[in-house]
Parts: sequence; C-alpha cells; structure tokens
Amino acid sequence: MPLAPAVTDLEQLKSRAPLDALLGWGPEAVQGARLDRDELTIDVLREAIRDVCEFLRDQQQFNFLCDVTCADWYPTEPRFHVVYHLLSQAKKLRVRLKVKVGAHDAVVPSLTPIWPGADYFEREVFDLFGVKFDGHPYLRRIQMPDDWEGHPLRKDYPVEGYR
Amino acid sequence: MAQLVTNPETQHHGEGPKDRTMILNMGPQHPSTHGVLRLVLEVDGETVLRMMPDIGYLHTGIEKTYEAKFYQQCVTLADRMDYLAPFHNEMGFVLAVERLLGIEAPPRAQWIRVLLNELQRISSHLVWLGTHALDIGAMSVFLYCFREREDVLRLFEAIGGQRMFTDYFRVGGLALEAPLGWFKRVKKFSDTFFERVDEYEDLLTGNPIFQERTKGVAHISKEDATALGLSGPSLRGSGVDWDLRRDMPYSSYEKFQFGVPVETSGDVWARYLVRMREFRESNKIVQQALAGLPEGPIKADAPKIVLPERDKMKTQMEALIYHFKIVTEGFSVPAGEVYQAIESPRGELGFYVVSDGTAKPYRVHVRGPSLANLQGLPKMCEGRLIADVVAAIGSIDIVLGEIDR
Repeated sequence: MPLAPAVTDLEQLKSRAPLDALLGWGPEAVQGARLDRDELTIDVLREAIRDVCEFLRDQQQFNFLCDVTCADWYPTEPRFHVVYHLLSQAKKLRVRLKVKVGAHDAVVPSLTPIWPGADYFEREVFDLFGVKFDGHPYLRRIQMPDDWEGHPLRKDYPVEGYR
Repeated sequence: MAQLVTNPETQHHGEGPKDRTMILNMGPQHPSTHGVLRLVLEVDGETVLRMMPDIGYLHTGIEKTYEAKFYQQCVTLADRMDYLAPFHNEMGFVLAVERLLGIEAPPRAQWIRVLLNELQRISSHLVWLGTHALDIGAMSVFLYCFREREDVLRLFEAIGGQRMFTDYFRVGGLALEAPLGWFKRVKKFSDTFFERVDEYEDLLTGNPIFQERTKGVAHISKEDATALGLSGPSLRGSGVDWDLRRDMPYSSYEKFQFGVPVETSGDVWARYLVRMREFRESNKIVQQALAGLPEGPIKADAPKIVLPERDKMKTQMEALIYHFKIVTEGFSVPAGEVYQAIESPRGELGFYVVSDGTAKPYRVHVRGPSLANLQGLPKMCEGRLIADVVAAIGSIDIVLGEIDR
C-alpha cells in the first residue's frame, strides 16, 4: 500500500470530527492540522492548550491522555514541538495535539489539572528537553540526577563524548 | 534524588502531630520493589501517609541512542526496555516503522508475531505471578511459575536464538522461518498449559491467606485509574473494558477470538483475577494461531527494506547490491510521524517515531505503560499499611527497565 500524501488543508480535514468540533468551538486556538498515515495532528496555540484539552475531554469523549512528549527541531525555530496523544475509548479514536515553543520561551501550560496522569510525562519532558510546564505541582528532574547539567534529548547535546 | 529526604516539604505531612511521622526509604535495593524502584514513604506508625516514587536508577538513554542507529539496529534496543516482554517492544517498534514506510508484513509473519506475543504475555505474567505471590508470602508458587516460564523461554531460544532478547522481528517481517518441529513443541506446551493455570489457581485463588492479603487492598476507582493513565490489567481490574488487541486491532488480531477479562472491584485481588484469566485467553490465542497459521513468505516484498534471502544474495547481483546497501547505509524512511500503540502485558505500549527522511529515526519516544501505572501507586497506598504497599507494587506489575528506559 503506497503512502497517500499528507493533507494539510483545514477545509478538507473538516470531515474529521475532533478537528471540526474544535474549529466550531474556538478557531483561533487551531494553528494548523495535518492528516498523515491516517493520523490526525492538530497544531494548537500554546495559551489555549489547556482549554482545548478540557474541551476535547468533556465534549468530545477524549477521556484518556496516553502520552506527553517532545521533539527538538534545532536549529529551526520554534524549536520544541510538545506532543500530546489523546485517546477516546468510546469512539476508538486517537488525536495528536502539538504545541510549538521557541528556545527562549520554552514554557507550556501543564495539563496536570485536567489529567493528573500528565505528571510524570511532563516531568520527563522537563528533565530531558528543558521545556517548563507552568502550573505543574512538582516540576523536578525525574530520570537524570538532580544535579545534572543540560538536557540530554536536545539535539545540540552530543550522543557520546564530553559536553 | 537525595533531596527527597532532606527537602523540608517531604518531611512532614499536614495531618497529625508532626513529630509522630517518619520518613522511610523503601528501596532501591528492597527485593519487593521489583527492580530498582525507590519509594519514599511518610509513615505514622505503620500507616503510610504519603508516598513518593523515585525513579531513574535504570535510565540508560535508549531514546537518545535510537537517534544514532539505523532502523534495523533499533529493534535490538527496543528489546532491552521491557525486559520481561521483549517481543512486545519489538512488535511496537516494527509496526510503527512499517506504518511510516507504508508496508505491511505478510500474513504468516503477522500470525507468528501474534503467536510469539501471546507466549510472551504468558511468560511475563508468570514472572508477575511468581514474584507477586512470593511478596505476599506464598513461596512455592514461584517455583511452579518459573518451571513453565523456562519452557516458554526455551521455545524463544529455539526460534530466535536467545532466551530473552531475541531480536527476531524485522521491519517487513521476521528474521527467519521457524525451525523444524517448533510449532509441535509450542502445541505440546500450549496443550498442557490450561492445567498448569488450574494448578496455580489451586494454590492461590481459594487460599484464605492470599485472599485476606489482596481483597480490598490498594483500591483505585475507575475514574482515578483513567485520569492517571493506567492501562492494561491495572485498568481492567478497575472495571474499564478496554483492550487494544480487540478495540484497535493490529497485526491481524481482529482474526482471533478471545475474551477480555474485566473485574470491577479495583483492588489487588481484581488485578490478580484479570491476569489469571488472561493466561487462559492468551493460551486460546496461541492455539488459534497454531491451528490457522497461513502458509507463505515471512518477509514483505520490499527489496530496498528487507534483506534478501541468503542464497539469492550469494547468486544474484541485484540481491547482493541491495544487501550491501541495506547493511551499510540502512534504508531511508519517508518523513513523517506515527504513534503506534500495542497491548503489552502491562498495558498500552506506545511508540512515537518521527522520521526526517533519513536512515535513522529523528526521534523515538516510548510510552511505557509501567511509567503511567506507577503514577497510580501513591493513590492506591496512601492511608494504608506498609505491608499493603508490597502487595500493591506486585499488583501493578511494573518493569523498571521500561519506566526509566
């Protein structure tokens, strides 16, 4: 099965329920969307991420936060793409939310008030990427020692040798 | 980490007279923490007021290492995260890369993958059952469980060359065809296994001491379990009817008939019952896979991705070139990202793989079910006795290799 090209046109993607609902609720929160390999990714405005998640959880049955992670696209800006994977167990549907933040302003609102399960995942992103989560109850390193310098999963952090 | 003990905010709990409480360290060398997990407990007498898990002792930076390896080398690394269920890690990673590439393994390979995954689930649950019972005080169950686990590991050794880190799945199929007579050996094991599960149940299920130690202990509600991101048997023990094999099938799981055990009481006993019934369901899948195993190739027809057969490589120029290219340069994967989740013995194991179009992944993130399940532990244990903590750790069946990666 050859790969279908990715769709990024919002009008075409309106057939996808979570995106359509989100555009109806607050179009200013949606910065873009992409359907690739049958997975829907929605780029969300950083300030709106908490409200978007609350809306998706309460109105769209996305009851389960699978995962919070990040990808570092150094040296392009905005550098950090914080990625959230949401799952709707009732609809058997997944959606990926993405928040892009720059190197000098790497702060994202924490999702812990909505899903307490975001706790460890956000701590891990903070530990390994240095992205801060505003409103997190206990934002400390989780994998690396407390006195570690640097954030190992950043692309400008070498795989081997000395820093 | 040391700050957890010296930090004043972890010193005292809000309730009760402050000089009555004590900070107690459990682990990382405690035998019942199943690996190198450290729990900082604030206790009042024997009652746990607060618990703070401390992890990271096994952090090996596998996610960083991925970024420097070819895709085919990454399968080896995937094995080493959840060391009780390497086949599930391989499955998750391989499926993710196949979706990135837009290829699919042939039916026979998919069925053998399912077969191995279910055998792996049995062996993983056997380690859980043995150690869990041992923690609670039932010594002999451990010996029975490891007897059968050894049988399963011998099967893995026969097919993959290794007992544990087999590195047997490949992007686009499997490494080799199963050796002669292997399926007969699996059948022999599978036929006797239902009786073995009866044996374990004879030892534990009707045992009043075991029931006392598990019933009503470490309770977590359906709502809390979902909000904290618990998955797998830990979630099903709280009454959520959710199994990725049935609800979002992958690798031909839709062709198998099996039940999804669900219990509603949300305690250690419920999680025990769920896993005990999963033994039988997994064994049913093994038998179905043996009975209906399709004939055909075990590698996808994708010469630029899958290594050619050995004899072709030795006799055909084209195959030799492909072999050389794949081994020296790897295969490039079209840019994009996928999240592939599978049902591991512990719950939702997700692989988030980002490709930038080269032969090495740009970013791989593993959503370890153990990490999320561990978040449920304080909720289960706070307000209960220290002895219940040991039962609770066993019941969520965590593997620290996967938590820390």
